[in-house]
Amino acid sequence: MNGPLAALARREFAVARASGAGGAVGVSFYFALVVLAPFAIGPDRAVLARVAPALLWLGALLSTLLGLDRLFQADAEDGALDQMTLAKTPLEAIALVKGAVHWLVAVLPLVVVSPAFGLMLGLEPANLPRAVVALLAGTPAITAFGAIGAALTASLRRAGPLTAVLVAPMAVPTLIFGVEAANAASVAPFPAMIAALAGISLAAVALAPFAAAAALRAARG
Amino acid sequence: MPNVASLANPAVFSRLAARALPWLTALAVGTLALGAWAAFFVAPPDYQQGDTARIMYVHVPAAWMASFVYATMCLAALGTLIWRHPLADAAQKAAAPLGAGFTFVCLATGSIWGRPMWGAWWVWDARLTSVLVLFLIYLGIVLLWQAIEDFSRAARAAAILTLVGAVNIPIVKFSVDWWNTLHQPSSVFRLGGPTVDGRMLWPLIAMGFGFLFLFLALHVAAVRNEILRRRLRRLTLRAADDSAPARPMVLEPAQ
Repeated sequence: MNGPLAALARREFAVARASGAGGAVGVSFYFALVVLAPFAIGPDRAVLARVAPALLWLGALLSTLLGLDRLFQADAEDGALDQMTLAKTPLEAIALVKGAVHWLVAVLPLVVVSPAFGLMLGLEPANLPRAVVALLAGTPAITAFGAIGAALTASLRRAGPLTAVLVAPMAVPTLIFGVEAANAASVAPFPAMIAALAGISLAAVALAPFAAAAALRAARG
Repeated sequence: MPNVASLANPAVFSRLAARALPWLTALAVGTLALGAWAAFFVAPPDYQQGDTARIMYVHVPAAWMASFVYATMCLAALGTLIWRHPLADAAQKAAAPLGAGFTFVCLATGSIWGRPMWGAWWVWDARLTSVLVLFLIYLGIVLLWQAIEDFSRAARAAAILTLVGAVNIPIVKFSVDWWNTLHQPSSVFRLGGPTVDGRMLWPLIAMGFGFLFLFLALHVAAVRNEILRRRLRRLTLRAADDSAPARPMVLEPAQ
């Protein structure tokens, strides 16, 4: 494990740890959304439980989008991205590794805390595994689409909201199947929903690095 | 016989566009006028919906154009990414706001029709939702064009986004259809049970061609404006540069 990609992964982990941002900000933002939701919807447990899968997914989606615009931006600012573009290692592989580390550092914590948030929103404990498995199967797709958006806006100064607008339409199928899988009242069979989510995620993870790398090369001119 | 490839020269394109534009405009105005007249006076009112159905003569062509403009943008995006041609860049940039406009007209007229027919301004019907997502994609492309200052960089970024969107649109369409049929099994929101009568069909087709010519005229004019805008910027930069000789360069092709 001493190849350039392993070194890149180690660097990404180190940067995430040093900047301290990574998971903590995302989880806190997720928490803030979950805290606000009952004030907007009302404390009625039945109503909250009905919309809980949707809230968990929207919260995870927004928290993921929140940190994504920095995925390539920091590297574009300090010149590391130029080095990566010139390196022999394919830029596609670099984009894949950066996206994977981002998922582990910033998105996986969201999935880990989601059962607690689900309980707060009135989900039955027996239904929590559904929500967690759905998030595990679906969030890689969000991160992969997000990497495309982040690559497209890497050279911009205030990219955050624009990245979210670019990624939002791509996230529609994941959101549909994700909420349906997490929803215990759904008539759709759970394994089929998870299979659809995993399929979207696999396709997105396989194809997104090429689009992201093309966008990064385009941004260099 | 003029070479087709020579059309790709911005200067040649500009000259041809200047000659073609009055004709295209006249064609658009003519077919739109014919279609509008036929929509009001030839086509009979629908037996159930009465005169409200006439909004279809704007709504349906707008929906056709929403997809057609996206297909045009995909072709232009390939031109940008494969041949790096400045004219393809300009074609992309000019098409995006037009496509967003047609999509908006489609959504707005559908909404106006939906109020008396469905009793609601907006219904999360599968088709409406798909078109709404398409509108969101258009908005993203327009915003990306505005956000990136450098023209050719913006063109390549927009081209990638356009093609990613093209891969996504069928998946979105499929999943939204599935989502809606799951939630509303008995969807009553369908326009025509019976096939469209001939007296309604030809005004619709006339309007369709009217919208097509309208898009072509607006698109050609916008591409020409883009070429002029770039040339103007080059001339301004040149004028600002003291060391450059002060010669009029108006006829030089851009890049």
